[in-house]
Amino acid sequence: MKAIMTTHVHPSFTLVPSAPNSVDSHKNTMKDTDIKTLLYAHFLCIFSVILSVLIPSFFVEDFSILDTHLTWLCFCSLFVTSINLVLYLVPKPNSSSKRSSLSHKVTRFLKCCVYFLVSCFSFHVIFVLYGAPLFELVLETFLFAVILSTFTTVPCLCLLGPNLKAWLRVFSKNGGHLRNQKTRVTSIWENSLQITTISSFVGAWFGAFPIPLDWERPWQVWPISCTVGATFGYVAGLVISPLWIYWNRKQLTYKNN
Amino acid sequence: MRLGSGAFAAICVAVEVLGVAIFLRGFFPASVRSSSRAGLQAEPPAPEPLAGASSNWSKLPLPLFSKAVIVLIDALRDDFVFGSKGARYMPFTTYLVGKGPSHSFVAEAKPPTVTMPRIKALMTGSLPGFVDVIRNLNSPALLEDNVIRQAKAAGKRMIFYGDETWVKLFPKHFVEYDGTTSFFVSDYTEVDNNVTRHLEKVLQRGDWDMLILHYLGLDHIGHVSGPESPLIGRKLREMDGVLMKIHTALLTKERETLSPNLLVLCGDHGMSETGSHGAASAEEVRTPLVLVSSAFERKPDDIRHPTQVQQTDLAATLAVGLGLPIPKDSIGSLLFPVVERRPMREQLRFLHLNAIQLSRLLQENVPSYEKDPGFEQFMMAERLHGNWVKLHLEEDRSGALLNLGTKVARQYLGALRTLSLALSVHVAQYDIYSMAVGVIIVLETLILLLLSTPQVLHRRAELEMPLSSPLFSLLFYLMFLILSAIHVVVCTSAESSCYLCSLPWLVAGGVMVLVSALLCVIVSTLARMVMDSTSLWKVQQSAAHPCSGWSEVGLLLLLGTVGHVLSLGASSFVEEEHQTWYFLVNTLCLALSQETCRSYFLGDDSELQRCFHTQPGTVGANCMQQACTACEASKPGQASKGLPSGARGGHTRWAVLAGPWLVLACCRLLRSLNHTGVQGAHRPDLGHWLTSSSHKMELSYLAALSLLVIFMLAQRGCSPMSKVALALGLLGVFCYRAAIGNLLFPWQPANKGISKGILEARFVYVFVLGILFTGTKDLLKSQVIATDFKVKTVGLWELYTGLVLLAALLLRPHNHPVLAFSLLIQTIMTKFIWKPLRHDVAEITVMHYWFGQAFFYFQGNSNNIATIDISAGFVGLDTYMEIPATLLTVFGTYVGPVLWAVHLAHFLSAEASSDSAMGCACFCYALICSVPVATYIILVTSLRYHLFIWSVFSPKLLYEGMHLLITAALCVLFTATDQTGHARPWTKMDA
Repeated sequence: MKAIMTTHVHPSFTLVPSAPNSVDSHKNTMKDTDIKTLLYAHFLCIFSVILSVLIPSFFVEDFSILDTHLTWLCFCSLFVTSINLVLYLVPKPNSSSKRSSLSHKVTRFLKCCVYFLVSCFSFHVIFVLYGAPLFELVLETFLFAVILSTFTTVPCLCLLGPNLKAWLRVFSKNGGHLRNQKTRVTSIWENSLQITTISSFVGAWFGAFPIPLDWERPWQVWPISCTVGATFGYVAGLVISPLWIYWNRKQLTYKNN
Repeated sequence: MRLGSGAFAAICVAVEVLGVAIFLRGFFPASVRSSSRAGLQAEPPAPEPLAGASSNWSKLPLPLFSKAVIVLIDALRDDFVFGSKGARYMPFTTYLVGKGPSHSFVAEAKPPTVTMPRIKALMTGSLPGFVDVIRNLNSPALLEDNVIRQAKAAGKRMIFYGDETWVKLFPKHFVEYDGTTSFFVSDYTEVDNNVTRHLEKVLQRGDWDMLILHYLGLDHIGHVSGPESPLIGRKLREMDGVLMKIHTALLTKERETLSPNLLVLCGDHGMSETGSHGAASAEEVRTPLVLVSSAFERKPDDIRHPTQVQQTDLAATLAVGLGLPIPKDSIGSLLFPVVERRPMREQLRFLHLNAIQLSRLLQENVPSYEKDPGFEQFMMAERLHGNWVKLHLEEDRSGALLNLGTKVARQYLGALRTLSLALSVHVAQYDIYSMAVGVIIVLETLILLLLSTPQVLHRRAELEMPLSSPLFSLLFYLMFLILSAIHVVVCTSAESSCYLCSLPWLVAGGVMVLVSALLCVIVSTLARMVMDSTSLWKVQQSAAHPCSGWSEVGLLLLLGTVGHVLSLGASSFVEEEHQTWYFLVNTLCLALSQETCRSYFLGDDSELQRCFHTQPGTVGANCMQQACTACEASKPGQASKGLPSGARGGHTRWAVLAGPWLVLACCRLLRSLNHTGVQGAHRPDLGHWLTSSSHKMELSYLAALSLLVIFMLAQRGCSPMSKVALALGLLGVFCYRAAIGNLLFPWQPANKGISKGILEARFVYVFVLGILFTGTKDLLKSQVIATDFKVKTVGLWELYTGLVLLAALLLRPHNHPVLAFSLLIQTIMTKFIWKPLRHDVAEITVMHYWFGQAFFYFQGNSNNIATIDISAGFVGLDTYMEIPATLLTVFGTYVGPVLWAVHLAHFLSAEASSDSAMGCACFCYALICSVPVATYIILVTSLRYHLFIWSVFSPKLLYEGMHLLITAALCVLFTATDQTGHARPWTKMDA
């Protein structure tokens, strides 16, 4: 994972000049507080995932991740989405939407919803292309698409807004080589977004591995291993990204906006 | 010595094929087999020997027992009966063993200690090897001579209850049967109750001669909770009750008929301390064998201890006991205690029959059988026997004669033991020495390939192979001497038979020369690499570039290949390997789609390209760039369309974006055409739907459409002559399928007479050969005469077309879409992905390899021998002819990999004018095929006592070996076309 991320992110940043000065130290402190905020935010997200396991057992009978998997998927998706909304929209870490009218906000929100739905459906299509049954287990497949969208598309929507160019910029390895310097990873937040999204995908990808094994375990049923894999990947990404950014904070500089 | 990288790779793969062949020869030892097959009528039994005359006793002796009951308890270990557990839980059996009318033995099972081979061993008396599985391809029934078949031929009525395996092995042999499946391991009561519930009725009826019961419960308990579980005791007690019931029933029957009955209690294999089985530990191979009959009555002070015998001895004993001929392939010897109460003449007769059968088997399998001590002993015993019979017939019985008879019997027993041993070492064990030599050769070639990878990928097409430095020759001779010494030591001390030792000395010496030469080449290459490493490092430093390192696709290709190789260690992943390939190919498509999106939406392609191509390290990128310029120059109309600079907007752009998704959709369709593997094979799929007779019309339309698509796509690169030939050939394919009744012509809805379609198929063969000939001619022309290099490309495409036509003929009609989609995907990838994105040669090669593998499975193949479509070998042939049938079947099975590899050759010759491209591709192809093979044979060696070694790993090993052979052939083809490439600049200079 780390190796992939290194190759992904490394070209996007230039090396920090060695001579320290006041501006740099100021930057560094800013970066440290940013990392702290990021860490807390991620802890909240992890917390929401844990809550989605614990809370429903109070008012749903016989709740367990394996047996009532679909219920858990709904809860998990709901919790993570709401936490993301609260986290990214209330404190506005990216301060991009400064003075926009209400109608603009509404269209933006609607656009986000459409994007979310489109991503759900396209994930569904991808799963079917990957070999998920076409006619049976449609709801299961779709909910897997929803949860994967929750882990990947929702944070993107919150942070970058419905802006495909920005998405491509963030998720391209060679974004740093472009002539126009607008397209670059511009903050810790985008960096961590890369890590969590890719680790969710990788988790879901690895989650498909145990399906052909003949162990006859209940969690080998489609799509449980994949959803669980995606969740683990997401949580792992949430944990890894602040740590990774912290360890590499000397090498990372972001273009100031 | 300088070698082109392609030639080098071809040589390496050829050597590797040799190594794998030696390994396979050691892994699958040839089984001992009687040449007269079991299907033929049994020859009359050998008459009793009589010195100076012929005996009048030439019939088989009468049966010793009128009825026989065999109780086989799965995974019954010897200490469950003879040990403390037996004393505690099986009191009745313990009584029988200790004081009752019985003989008890510890029968040693040979690995693999798995149920089916063990049943075969018990009933045929031979040791089934994996080769037998190949021999009776597709037929689960046991074809070798066995006790059950002999009993059926003798008109005995047999009844079977228990494990379903028996019913599959001996179909139509039992007058009554009830098979239970061993599918649910967690069920250990129901499986056995299903057997026992019949018992009461059957024992009362008595209208049978042989009753076989196979209890599975104990094995299931072992798998679930191990040999120390309390459930074991309960199960043993249940079995004890069953035995008591049978014994008393047999005794009451005996009182009516006054002839003794036989009860056999045996286990097929043991149980390890963890409760599993399959390997060769003492707990797994030692099984009890108890024979109970009133004929074995003994005095109270006669204490018998279980003696150690072989499991294979039971077949001969049963045959003798039931008055049947001993199975021809049996290597067991009669359990003498069973007959020792009989009159001396009868005893000797039985021993003689057994010895004759074993010595015949020895004569047929060992060339120098006369020198075998067992055979000498047998000749001696037979002579003594003859004299004894003469004496016996002349004078009446006396003490002296009895003593002499005992001596003859002892002589016979010695002969039997020696013969049986000689035969069993001939088959039983893995030939570790040959396997090790094979592994060493394969590993050495693999290391050599890996060591030269950086050279091929980074610097040049020609490799320096150091072969003649003085130090090198010294090392070589030293290695050779050491290896020869090892060879002599191993061969003189080995107890079991060994393939390499049985080879002539010259050949074995050649193998040793090869091994030491490879080692020396590796050592010197390594030494040179160490010396060069400093300068190489500098080169790399200077080559450091912002965009050096792996692209996403490159990384995916590397990780995917490594992941696939690692997955081969798990039996489920081997069974479901198609899933791995589908998964990888799909992921590859997604990665490609991401790449297309990025290069088109971000509008950075020109910049990117420049950045890629000025990089000094990658030869591949360079030659691809040259390729692009070259093809632009040669066919301006076609080439510029595919290039991004030529058409940035419009529909091409969208086609490029949609390309990977189209490929994905094609893969999804193909995946639902044929379900393979173990888990998916039984599920309904499109292929089954199409082949069912009620959907013949749909199948016909689909096949016609597919053939049309094949024609449209394949005719593009051909000369006009070949176009016509292709069209006629494809028409012939349809006619052939219609003639043999697979398809219907729209104008003849009713079924007409079905022929073998010989004429139609040969009509197609003519066109196949014609197209292939034209292609070869073009290739040769481009080599000899200086023409523009388009001739070579056309030639390669014609070769490819010929193979496509042959594939269309051989594949079943419901697989024609596979072929059509294969061509479609190749076209899409070529036009919209490889050309615009300019991947380097290594990446393109690996992608071709991946798609080839995926198509191998799309076509319905799996890693199971049973899915091979043998009917491909009979297309257009009147009778079975071995060589063409084998070639056709192999091609029909490996259509996917072969077509994709040939397409790779054509693509590179069309796109890359650089000489190094083809060599580089050949090298990469060889490397990527040999890595799985090398890893797999090491895995198989370490897993050789695995439970699934015969059912899962061995078939896959054969597939891998075959794939390597095909790879070698393809590499030679690559190199041959590469030679033409080399010849070109020369001839130009001459001109």
